[in-house]
Amino acid sequence: MSLRIIVLAKQVPDTRNVGKDAMKSDGTVNRGALPAIFNPEDLQALEQALKIKDDMDDVEVILLTMGPPRAAEIIREALYRGADKGYLLTDRKFAGSDTLATSYTLAMAIKKLEPYHLIIAGRQAIDGDTAQVGPQIADKLGFPQVTYSENIESISNEHIEILRRLESGVELVKTTMPLLVTVHGSAAQCRPRNAKLLMKYKHAVTVSELQDQTEDYTEFIDTKPYLRIDEWGVNEIDVDEDMLGLSGSPTKVKKIESVVFSAKESVQLTDNDKDIDYLMKELIDSHVIG
Amino acid sequence: MNNIFVYCEIEEGEIADVSLELLTKGRKLANEMKCKLEAIAIGDNLAGIEKEIFSYGVDVLHLAEHPDLSPYSTIPHSTVVTNVFKEEKPDVALFGATSAGRDLAPRVASSLKCGLTADCTGLEFGDHTDNKTGKTYKNILYQIRPAFGGNIIATIINPETKPQMATVREGVMNREIFNNKHKGELKNIDANSILEKIDNPVQIIERHIEERKINIKNSHIIVSGGYGVGSKENFNLLFELAEILGADVGASRAAVDAGFVEHLRQVGQTGVTVRPKLYIACGISGAVQHTAGMKEAAKIISINSDANAPINQLADYSIHGNIEDIIPKMIKYYKKNIK
Repeated sequence: MSLRIIVLAKQVPDTRNVGKDAMKSDGTVNRGALPAIFNPEDLQALEQALKIKDDMDDVEVILLTMGPPRAAEIIREALYRGADKGYLLTDRKFAGSDTLATSYTLAMAIKKLEPYHLIIAGRQAIDGDTAQVGPQIADKLGFPQVTYSENIESISNEHIEILRRLESGVELVKTTMPLLVTVHGSAAQCRPRNAKLLMKYKHAVTVSELQDQTEDYTEFIDTKPYLRIDEWGVNEIDVDEDMLGLSGSPTKVKKIESVVFSAKESVQLTDNDKDIDYLMKELIDSHVIG
Repeated sequence: MNNIFVYCEIEEGEIADVSLELLTKGRKLANEMKCKLEAIAIGDNLAGIEKEIFSYGVDVLHLAEHPDLSPYSTIPHSTVVTNVFKEEKPDVALFGATSAGRDLAPRVASSLKCGLTADCTGLEFGDHTDNKTGKTYKNILYQIRPAFGGNIIATIINPETKPQMATVREGVMNREIFNNKHKGELKNIDANSILEKIDNPVQIIERHIEERKINIKNSHIIVSGGYGVGSKENFNLLFELAEILGADVGASRAAVDAGFVEHLRQVGQTGVTVRPKLYIACGISGAVQHTAGMKEAAKIISINSDANAPINQLADYSIHGNIEDIIPKMIKYYKKNIK
């Protein structure tokens, strides 16, 4: 059977290892100081798709991402690991989207990629941690969803079996396609880049990236169509513009505060024996421990 | 004004703790707004469950019972909830941020085209004036949550769409019985007529619900480690100290992501909220993501090689140094002085 899998991914600032320069003195986030990475659970979603491609004939894996032009970086990352093709959804009109507007935009782009069978995404992105976009896309496409997936156990024309990792245990479900799956952090890690694919795709570019290149380069890309990463904006997908970006987002940020701790009167100690003994004696005497 | 709704999650016949916490919060918000608190419970064989739900101050309980509604499955549950919301038009709808709640709430929000805020740590009512239109909204829900890996606190609102939906993690809100004699109204939902219209292709073949082996929510003392602990092996020091103190081991998200310990030990916005009498933070820098879950500890000790770690601002005692030196000294003193 021929099977088309769309993997949804997001390029995110790496919020996990936030250094001291990550926040500016005015309390806003210094995005420049945070490296942009392939959202970890989305990379695990890609692995689930690539595993199916390993095991079956005639499987096509397409990566779809929405973001600024530089998000093309994660499409190349996916191509190096075995994806067949990538699409970048980018347009100023998409900016400021909350999860509802994001899911609408992605759902409309997915409709253009018919006929597809399976949509796989990470459970959540580390910059927002909402886990909302996957289920909202499933709702908009009128599909069932299987969230918190740890492994796609088996897949055939008729059925797909998936193991879910819940906070209180595991659940094995069986369902049909089309289907949207979100992948939990306990799933297998993604394979590394493949050296041959890296050579093949390292020149893959979007139209915007090609603008900065020489004519010779453009001619070279024209001889190798697989090196073109398609870029879609508002005009390429069939959307109601009122449902995009800020105007399509019911949630608004009213206020952002950087976190300032009200400093307690804190006792400063060192690691010498006297200090530690003093601390432990205080804790024991006040019955906090012991 | 319309009412406040709480989705009561039911697992193996029991109401989830987080739902009872949300009912407690919902009751307070309803009193403030002088509106009713309503709940939805969906499952099978739920006879008698209303008594417990009403004791949390619920005025109206919408109950759907059907064999196909247990265990939780996305399409049947989201269809029932969406139907109730379309009819009752709640002002506010709250869900636990559990694997079921986080599967359900976004699906409902999408079909009602309304806003949803995940993992809130605070909910309160307030006014809002839109800068562009000048329009003022009275008594809308401020949904407060750490964002951007916990480096900022954002107040989110959805002034134009109803219900105003939010999810909240277990342990973030307190749980308190309102009145054991409180009587509410029971409304049975006609589950049959809803279910016969939908097709649910997802079958649950097997389910293993494990008793939670690790539960640090109610621990009195927590020895918690961050990325600064450095390795899984170094965490053994924390376990050693915890054992002699009768404590549990917690961790920051960075330590869990690094694979040092299990996720069930994670303290913070995307983990557990704790209120122990003593919290010993080892090699934890103190991102809001983490402190949101532990700042109410009665006493906080920070052990950090960085004298300027933000967590030191919260600490009653901050020790500057390496855990490899300090923890063995603490253990030694304790063993010597406590029999």
